[in-house]
Amino acid sequence: MKKFEKFTGIAAPMPLVNIDTDMIIPKGFLKTIKRTGLGVHAFDEMRYDRQGNEIPDFVLNKPQYRKTEILIAGDNFGCGSSREHAPWALADFGIKVIVSTSFADIFFNNSFKNGMLPIVLPAEQVELLMKDAERGENARMTVDLEAQEITTSDGQVITFEVDAFKKHCLLNGLDDIGLTLEKASAIDSFESQSAQARPWV
Amino acid sequence: MSAPKTLYDKIWDAHVVSEDADGTCLLYIDRHLVHEVTSPQAFEGLRMTGRKVRCPEKTIAVPDHNVPTTEGRDKHIENEESRIQVEALDKNARDFGIHYYPVTDIRQGIVHIVGPEQGWTLPGMTVVCGDSHTATHGAFGALAHGIGTSEVEHVLATQTLIQKKSKNMKVEITGKLKPGVTAKDITLAVIGLTGTAGGTGHVIEYCGEAIRSLSMEGRMTVCNMAIEGGARAGLIAPDETTFNYVRGRAHAPKGAQFEAALSWWKTLFTDEGAVFDKVVTIRGEDIEPVVTWGTSPEDVLPISAVVPAPEDFTGGKVEAVRRSLDYMGLTPGQKLTDIAIDTVFIGSCTNGRIEDLRAAAKIVEGKKIKPGMRAMVVPGSGLVRHQAEEEGIAQIFIDAGFEWRLAGCSMCLAMNPDQLGEYERCASTSNRNFEGRQGYKGRTHLVSPEMAAAAALTGHLTDVREMI
Repeated sequence: MKKFEKFTGIAAPMPLVNIDTDMIIPKGFLKTIKRTGLGVHAFDEMRYDRQGNEIPDFVLNKPQYRKTEILIAGDNFGCGSSREHAPWALADFGIKVIVSTSFADIFFNNSFKNGMLPIVLPAEQVELLMKDAERGENARMTVDLEAQEITTSDGQVITFEVDAFKKHCLLNGLDDIGLTLEKASAIDSFESQSAQARPWV
Repeated sequence: MSAPKTLYDKIWDAHVVSEDADGTCLLYIDRHLVHEVTSPQAFEGLRMTGRKVRCPEKTIAVPDHNVPTTEGRDKHIENEESRIQVEALDKNARDFGIHYYPVTDIRQGIVHIVGPEQGWTLPGMTVVCGDSHTATHGAFGALAHGIGTSEVEHVLATQTLIQKKSKNMKVEITGKLKPGVTAKDITLAVIGLTGTAGGTGHVIEYCGEAIRSLSMEGRMTVCNMAIEGGARAGLIAPDETTFNYVRGRAHAPKGAQFEAALSWWKTLFTDEGAVFDKVVTIRGEDIEPVVTWGTSPEDVLPISAVVPAPEDFTGGKVEAVRRSLDYMGLTPGQKLTDIAIDTVFIGSCTNGRIEDLRAAAKIVEGKKIKPGMRAMVVPGSGLVRHQAEEEGIAQIFIDAGFEWRLAGCSMCLAMNPDQLGEYERCASTSNRNFEGRQGYKGRTHLVSPEMAAAAALTGHLTDVREMI
């Protein structure tokens, strides 16, 4: 996985609450057996009409937001399905950071596995960033995971919390499976104890 | 004496392989269920790194999301991408030596119906699947939740997950349900009250007399939609109802081993004095048959109500409701029972079990669906279908004008050919009413099987209590 580095990028406002995984990537695109190439289908039904033409009003279709790297979203982003196609599509589009007051659990976890950083902030701060994002491409924000800081286009600094282990994995681009396999002996001994205690499993 | 524990605490503690200083744990997974949509990239990952499936004997695969529900699917699946995904699962199951129920097997069905039916799901287990409705298995007092594909690969390779413990939430449904009120109404009513983020960061334990009185089928319906309330998982403490359901199932323990298991299972309850971080209590008597009117499962109202107005809400929900009503083609103040329906879908991992079909059949018996109505029953598994045919339920549906389909996820998420057309409106026993969920521009009203059956007869959303 690529290391998550400090960057400055365009943020897009998506104030709608409960943006669900069916909105992020409709099921028609779940039939792929690959992880890549879903970016053009991110938010498909909001982004294109049935003929495949872009809907000009949709935020990511507007000229100033076409290179968005940060989404500032309404409450409960990513609710619904466990489909990792949702973070795959967003990451493939170029999204690196999503800010909201809350995220659905599975989406939240899936994001980290794909090098994306979901940030939870109180409503007032999300509102402040939303306002900043509405200013378009001139409003570039800086996200520094190491320092746990977002800097708005006019220099305001907002700090955020992140799980220490997840931060470590993102910053270093670590593969979870590799890390877990280092604990193989602990898994072995759990299994042998469990075979005694719960032989029916 | 140790501190009182919740049911969730007990199952969690029994599965911790290791714990880091910051509380990050390696959690052992007892059962890993796999379907064709969220697994191909995970198996591909194993191949690329030369890794094996650590415990193929604990890994069970079944195709369900993509499979057509019409005859002939065992010979050929028309849609090429669907066929490729199903074939990929065939190959992965074979190559990695995991348990597999192909479409040709009568035991094939929706993964969350097959697991319990075959006795793979047992009390006190940890169960995961690359599917958010894995919460279903919590009905057995198993800690069960959905995972993403990266985690599917992680479980395949290590039989563990990296997890931090969630908080404990109690949802108590006291007293008795009134006639015409079902497990589906309970679970929707809870989400209506707490919202789709009400359970975020929590594992819910459902308890109370109304929950205790439910069959295993009903309990599975309740836990199934825990995820719709944002919870990581839903749980119900196992009891005699659970043990009776499990006893004798193909992969449940037998003889002395069953007895040994039983004595542990009987310790799986929340101790007196255990603390919950959040508690919600609803009187069973207060729950009415409900229906969703919007595009979020929290948009729930009793069938006797009217469509709300955006101004009835606050914050970001105002705009969301405006968008929902526009999408759904509804007007504030309209009576819910005046909403005309053109499609009825009975099935899914929420309501595709035998008891659901029995309940719906009772409503339609001897009657005909409204002319022009498209009504479909999709049993949750080949065995449910077979049982329904044996019991004469299938014939009741067929005589009433329903299509009687083969098992699969079908129109719940419409990845197969069973889809709503633009602006078609469906009374559906499934679990999600998101925009486009059942088909592009399709409109979904979530209801119980009884309410779906009633709507099929009248052609509009209907209070089933008028029919019983």
